Amino acid sequence: MNKMLSPAEIGTSRRSFLIAAAGTSVVFGFTDAAYAAGAKKKAPVTSLFEPTIWYGIDQNGIVTVHITRAEMGQHVGTPIARILADELEADWSKVRIEHVDSDPKWGFMVTGGSWSVWQSFPTYSQAGAAGRIALIEAGAKLLGVAPEACVARSGVVTAGAKSIAYGDIVARGALSRTFTADQLKTLPIKPASERRLIGKDAMALDVPDKTNGKAVYGIDASVPGMVYARPKLPPTRNGSRVVSIDDSAAKAVPGYLRSVALDDPSGNVPGWVMVYGENFVAADRAAKLVKVDWTAGETAKVSDADLQKRASDLIADPKAGALVVEDAGVDAAFKAANKKLEATYTTGCALHFQMEPLNALAFEQNGVFEIHTGNQWQSLALPWLAKALGMPESKIVLRTYRLGGGFGRRLNADYAVGAALAAKAIGKPVKMVLTRADDTLFDSFRSPSVQVLRMAFDKKGAPTAMEHHCSAGWPTQVMVPSLLPKGVNGAVYDPFSINGANHWYSVGPQRVRAVSNDLANKAFRPGWLRSVGPGFTNWALESFMDEAAHAAGVDPVAFRLRLLDGAGRNAGVAPNSVGGATRQAAVLKRLATKVNWGAALPKGTGLGVATTFGQERDMPTWVACAALVSVDPATGVAKVEKLTLVVDAGVIVHPDGALAQMEGATLWGLSLALFEGADYENGQIKQTNLDTYTPLRIANTPELDIEFVESNEASVGLGEPATTVVAPAIGNAIFAASGARVRSLPIRPDAILRALKA
Amino acid sequence: MTTFQLNGRKVSVQGPADTPLLWAIRDEVGLKGTKFGCGIGMCGACTVHIDGQARRSCMTPISAVANAKVTTIEGLDPKGAHPLQIAWTQSQVPQCGYCQSGQIMQAAALLTSNPNPTDSDIDRAMSGNLCRCMAYVRIRKAIKLAAETKGRAK
Repeated sequence: MNKMLSPAEIGTSRRSFLIAAAGTSVVFGFTDAAYAAGAKKKAPVTSLFEPTIWYGIDQNGIVTVHITRAEMGQHVGTPIARILADELEADWSKVRIEHVDSDPKWGFMVTGGSWSVWQSFPTYSQAGAAGRIALIEAGAKLLGVAPEACVARSGVVTAGAKSIAYGDIVARGALSRTFTADQLKTLPIKPASERRLIGKDAMALDVPDKTNGKAVYGIDASVPGMVYARPKLPPTRNGSRVVSIDDSAAKAVPGYLRSVALDDPSGNVPGWVMVYGENFVAADRAAKLVKVDWTAGETAKVSDADLQKRASDLIADPKAGALVVEDAGVDAAFKAANKKLEATYTTGCALHFQMEPLNALAFEQNGVFEIHTGNQWQSLALPWLAKALGMPESKIVLRTYRLGGGFGRRLNADYAVGAALAAKAIGKPVKMVLTRADDTLFDSFRSPSVQVLRMAFDKKGAPTAMEHHCSAGWPTQVMVPSLLPKGVNGAVYDPFSINGANHWYSVGPQRVRAVSNDLANKAFRPGWLRSVGPGFTNWALESFMDEAAHAAGVDPVAFRLRLLDGAGRNAGVAPNSVGGATRQAAVLKRLATKVNWGAALPKGTGLGVATTFGQERDMPTWVACAALVSVDPATGVAKVEKLTLVVDAGVIVHPDGALAQMEGATLWGLSLALFEGADYENGQIKQTNLDTYTPLRIANTPELDIEFVESNEASVGLGEPATTVVAPAIGNAIFAASGARVRSLPIRPDAILRALKA
Repeated sequence: MTTFQLNGRKVSVQGPADTPLLWAIRDEVGLKGTKFGCGIGMCGACTVHIDGQARRSCMTPISAVANAKVTTIEGLDPKGAHPLQIAWTQSQVPQCGYCQSGQIMQAAALLTSNPNPTDSDIDRAMSGNLCRCMAYVRIRKAIKLAAETKGRAK
């Protein structure tokens, strides 16, 4: 998966970039500005220069950048457009963004993994360079000078006293330069010192409409003649079958239309009964009165304890799972060890709980099925929709609206399949909306996990070998098995359920084993949740590094710094991980200085640290966090006073947007650590709404201090990495404050009290 | 039929008396800026003003607003330039933005009753409004910025 999605391959996997369309008009994506994040109504286009598929420049010099990523709060179009505009030497005030449809020409469409800026940087900067070269050449000709005599700045080509604006060059129809994909790849990119937009702040283009009610989300989509629908969800996520439907009581609801059991050849919405109404209130109220008799799937009695037991049993079987790292000499090192440490860590279910409940509008028009919704992975959704509807992908279009939160939930477009089948079943446009409780019950939540970690030490207390075993439900196995790579032993694994365990510490030979929890995969649909595997592998790893430091009698920061030596495979590789573990050491050192590590603190207060490489070794975002936490020994309540983070994500394209992502991801980490966590009981999530599921609120938001390391290295991801460090930093701070070692996430007061007594 | 003032305009909606105001505003009147989040009044995304008070429209039946004055995000300021809206943009508060109509309406009611709120006043008034992107640091900042701007304007 990582490999498949690297920037280089994204570039080459696109079809040839075709150039020069002066004088033509184009229709793509949304022409209505309301859908596209930040796009404004445009003057009619009479001339258009499209040096690549990624943008066009019209006769007024308006640069419209085509964004294939979903807007879900990252302001993603802004940094991508700035990457392009910087290289194009465009006038930023004339740059617009437009979010595109699901045409195959856009290539592989996914918004997740903190990949967007990292993957877009090479492609969009080269596309910008292509336009700049073409405009300089054409401008030089129009000015009657040599191209070498020209400079492009802020949308104008200048040679001495003569100049011509980009829009005028386009209006004169003077552009015919084309570039092949191979030529594009070789175009020189400006040195960092020549950057004029990247790294400078700008207002995000999508923000204004998010302050006045004008932003259009999936739930706001409508077409004339549509009816509404709400699903009735079966007792188990998988394997339930509808036996009978009794809607006699629902018939009294004004506006109730009918109820239909959906037939889903794609297997996304098994056992769904769709309840239709003339409006949402009618569909919602009728759904409460419709009685459905199901035969439940075989996991109807499965609860948390069963999932945890299955994971533990699988880990106990050394033959189970995939060996992601298997160095020679692990067993010998443990045999020869002077001292050994072993600990088991667990995490519970974590819900996405994005604010906008799942919804989609679906209808067929002129033989084409349109799905209007917020979605993060169009390239995964299309084949599912094709299978469900029995139509070719070429006859299905996904229109991606703004997402009222993604966080990974909308990578999985199972809900879009439900809406499409609902429309097909009655031959009318259908707007399907889930209630909050429906959304929760149908969530593709983060699977519970069980992890066992072991370390061998020599007589000086230095690590000589390490093992990390992790079992959880695997989202990629359940939803996109074709993307699973193979481990050293030939067994497949889900990188999104083990990344993080393959860390950058030099600890001697390592064994990293990932085991799919088959019971979890069967009982529910495990999902990708913001920070995915590293959100739980680092809970274990960074708590364990703290325990190991204490076991070795070494300060936890010093212990980590010794191991982050950048030796061997931890040296890093150009372009993405230049510097390797030494950059992780650098953020940790800077953090320690910032928080005055080692200074005395009031009794009952502690400082804990954690450091990670973010999401994956191929795209490391080096991050370190210190949590200042006080613990009340009488109640076991831990209060986070302050979170301090240092991050090295290479070049920061849009600094304020980057900071916003860090702030949100940090507080996600806090919320998952102390405030969230759901119980799985008899085949269902128990806490279905905010009366029982309690994400962080403003009153519990601590002070944040977030610092970026200045860097000219490759831009990497920022949407998730901060989430990975917060929970272990808090756990380690609780230990520092109180001596209570907690090994289960979320951290509950009773667990702290138990640990205090242990 | 229920008649009330919506953003200064008289509107009549046809749904049953117990229809939640939220859905009447969104799907019958067609003003989509007010959002559906939890349906039990605990996320605040559906917050509107009813006779000047911040209320959860998902829990308010239309019968309760007969002849009342209802204001939504679209009617907070004719140009979308309420001091909070300006502060929200200046502070780049919204991430996904879905909760922000409700946050702004809640904050507007706070500033009306308390023009100079402290951090703890803000925390108390805004704790019923969930921001799943967790833009809380900036929400605090923007409310204070708007309070200062409003104070200076007087």
